[in-house]
Amino acid sequence: MKERVDRMGLRIALAGNPNCGKTTLFNSLTGASQYVGNWPGVTVEKKEGKYVRDKSVTITDLPGIYSLSPYSPEEIVSRDYLIEDRPDAVINLVDATNLERNLYLTTQIVNLGLPVVVALNMADLVKKNGDKINVAKLSDQLGCPVVEISALKNTGIDELMQHAIKQATSKSAAAPKVRFDAAVEDVIDQVEALIKGVPAHLARWYAIKLLEGEQRTIDSIKPSKTTLDKVAEIRAGLEQRFDDDAESIVTAERYDAIAHMVDETVKRSGKNLTTTQKIDRIVTNRWLGLPVFIAVMFVVYYIAVTLGGGVVTDWANDGISGDGWLYTGTEAYDAAVADWEEQVAAAEEAGDEALLAQLAEEEPDASDGSYGLWIPGLTPIISGALESAGVAAWLQSLVVDGIVAGVGAVIGFIPQMILLFLMLSFLEGCGYMARVAFIMDRIFRKFGLSGKSFIPMLIASGCGVPAVMATKTIENERDRRMTIMTTTMIPCGAKLPIIALVFGALAGQVSDDVWYVGPLFYFMGVAAIIISGIMLRKTRMFAGEATPFIMELPQYHLPTVRSVLMATWERVRSYIIKAGTIIFLSTIVIWFLMNFGFYEGSFGLLDSEMPDYIQYSLMAGLGSIIAPLFAPLGFGDWQATVTSITGLVAKENVVATVGILTSLDASETDPTTWTAFAAMMGGSAPAIMAFCAFNLLCAPCFAAIGTIRRQMASAKWTWFAIGYMTVFAYAVALMIYQFGTLLAGGGFGIGTVFALVVLAAILFQLFRPMPKYDKEKPGVVAGAAEAA
Amino acid sequence: MATLRDIPIGGSAKVVKLSGEGAIKRHIMDMGITKGVDVHVRKVAPLGDPIEVTVRGYELSLRKSEAECVMVEANA
Repeated sequence: MKERVDRMGLRIALAGNPNCGKTTLFNSLTGASQYVGNWPGVTVEKKEGKYVRDKSVTITDLPGIYSLSPYSPEEIVSRDYLIEDRPDAVINLVDATNLERNLYLTTQIVNLGLPVVVALNMADLVKKNGDKINVAKLSDQLGCPVVEISALKNTGIDELMQHAIKQATSKSAAAPKVRFDAAVEDVIDQVEALIKGVPAHLARWYAIKLLEGEQRTIDSIKPSKTTLDKVAEIRAGLEQRFDDDAESIVTAERYDAIAHMVDETVKRSGKNLTTTQKIDRIVTNRWLGLPVFIAVMFVVYYIAVTLGGGVVTDWANDGISGDGWLYTGTEAYDAAVADWEEQVAAAEEAGDEALLAQLAEEEPDASDGSYGLWIPGLTPIISGALESAGVAAWLQSLVVDGIVAGVGAVIGFIPQMILLFLMLSFLEGCGYMARVAFIMDRIFRKFGLSGKSFIPMLIASGCGVPAVMATKTIENERDRRMTIMTTTMIPCGAKLPIIALVFGALAGQVSDDVWYVGPLFYFMGVAAIIISGIMLRKTRMFAGEATPFIMELPQYHLPTVRSVLMATWERVRSYIIKAGTIIFLSTIVIWFLMNFGFYEGSFGLLDSEMPDYIQYSLMAGLGSIIAPLFAPLGFGDWQATVTSITGLVAKENVVATVGILTSLDASETDPTTWTAFAAMMGGSAPAIMAFCAFNLLCAPCFAAIGTIRRQMASAKWTWFAIGYMTVFAYAVALMIYQFGTLLAGGGFGIGTVFALVVLAAILFQLFRPMPKYDKEKPGVVAGAAEAA
Repeated sequence: MATLRDIPIGGSAKVVKLSGEGAIKRHIMDMGITKGVDVHVRKVAPLGDPIEVTVRGYELSLRKSEAECVMVEANA
């Protein structure tokens, strides 16, 4: 019992390199009891959870880092936590297949005077390669327990935790025997003797940092002027002797000491080419790299869009926002519908109103079970239930037309997103995404981003919400902000119906049947990002040198089913939560604006059976107020404006709104919707294109805006991002409409002049040389200072 | 003096010194490219940049502009 009391509130930190299996270990240590947030002041993820075997032990997952140098926000967060918050013990997870580099962080952690346990992960792989690690010797050198585990196979983890808890309760700090070259050790001792007022267990750590001349350490322990001068003198002596700067000397010494330790403790079998190198001979091959990448992406999107978007999403839509599912007898039903449609068309041609009315009554209906097994969907069930409960008409309308239709449209995308994210999470888990960054870096660096920005953009093709969240992996703050600002310009799943509608209206074809439509719009999204990147890079906020691209290419390994599922779930969940909160609330607001209004002098719920009821609604009023703004873009009537407003809530609303406005049962694949939409745009092709461009590029949906706010962690940056996107979308749409009209033989007017001015401004910003701002160098260091 | 950029694909070299300063230099060193270590240049990306090197038993990618900060002595 006593031991349990002692353990009350133990805090154990989990530290290690990126890609060493930390997430897998953390998940198996904490089970499902995790809390994910941000470290204070920075947008670095903070994960905490209770140890499953002993709930009094809290596990804090530190961000994956290579070193405790204070250059990236991740490193600063981890360092401050270890030095200032003093966890009771640190578990340092080490990838045993890559000991040398992993131990670099270890030798820094064991200097902090904390109880440490080193977990050798993937020890089984080392054995498989025929190598042998002398654990006892390594433990002796590092002065702390070393445990062999496999996070993937869940072995050795109990033993690891027993050691960690034992070290924590007995407060036995690590006592490393790792020493540098005698001359360097001598100098460290001299500095150690000089500094006062630091805890004894941190003396060596601070001595090394002062010797390196690290500004952050100087700021935190504030040594006297004389001490600093003496340290400078000692440093100068060392630098002269080694003909290098102190920081380089210490780093090289540390790595040399590790190389020596590894030589003594590891027996290598001498196999030369690893599986990873064999795979990379093809995957990142100079000639095959790009074709392989294109093929992989093609397969991913083919499966997600065709299988997910086509079959599964249709199935979900039928059930939730549609009438229901027909499981058997579908052929007979389809034949009946085709027959009926022919009759209607014939009647329409003949102008036979009476026959039309009769036919409307005779529309084939599967819901009575006459064609086969019929399972009713959510909408008829809910409206039936509401009706029989005698609920007020307005409430019925709110639930069925507002909430079920709005949220249902969002839920309809879930199957497609699950498929897409399953595949992307797998590619990420097995190590391919790092190769994608490697292959694409050249292109992205051109406009100041790195290959890492490409991954959020891939995810954005599914949904902007998890895409903005994926920017977390970009260390540099400027790069991250710019990626957040531009990534939603990639058409997401919800924008595809808009594309299909516009394409249908312009070309009179179902876009799914034309292979180049999808790629064309993705390409336009990428073009918008590139143009934005180049322009933004030349503004004061983003100016500066390109961020470095010094990145590990991790070894390939098959991710666990569990980790792929968890990564997928986290992304889909973020989307569902947004759909459940922000989109839910905004559909109610939109519903209110569209269904309430002044009709014949009184304010109230409008009768949606009434043709053109919408023109009396509050939304129409709002639309007419804003509409003049859009006149230069060619769609300055309230209908198109209203459509764009509802698109802000969720892009999938655009087609539905067109349906309501034109009193049609809208579908982006239905030619009657195309003609109605074209008529709404005044039949002008440039206006239709401008409308499309504006809706694809302007502020993303509310859910994505909410995520941007969270990732930016700053209201100012959020508004700047939204503002930029809207202005950019406006500029593009303006040019499309004005120049399009001009080319089509329209007159040269004031609008054309405006468009020319905008074009000139964009070209100027694109091609002017990099302006020179103040001498101060923004970038990693500035970002780090800001974070502090 | 030659830099890592000058080493042909398939060649290897010993690091002599790192030029430059600040975050980038520190980052290169933290990843294990320090004085005295052997670096093997494995390949170049399909678009000509960055390059992939093997150092301390793992694969690291860095741009040619960053490789220029690494002074090396080509191994025979």
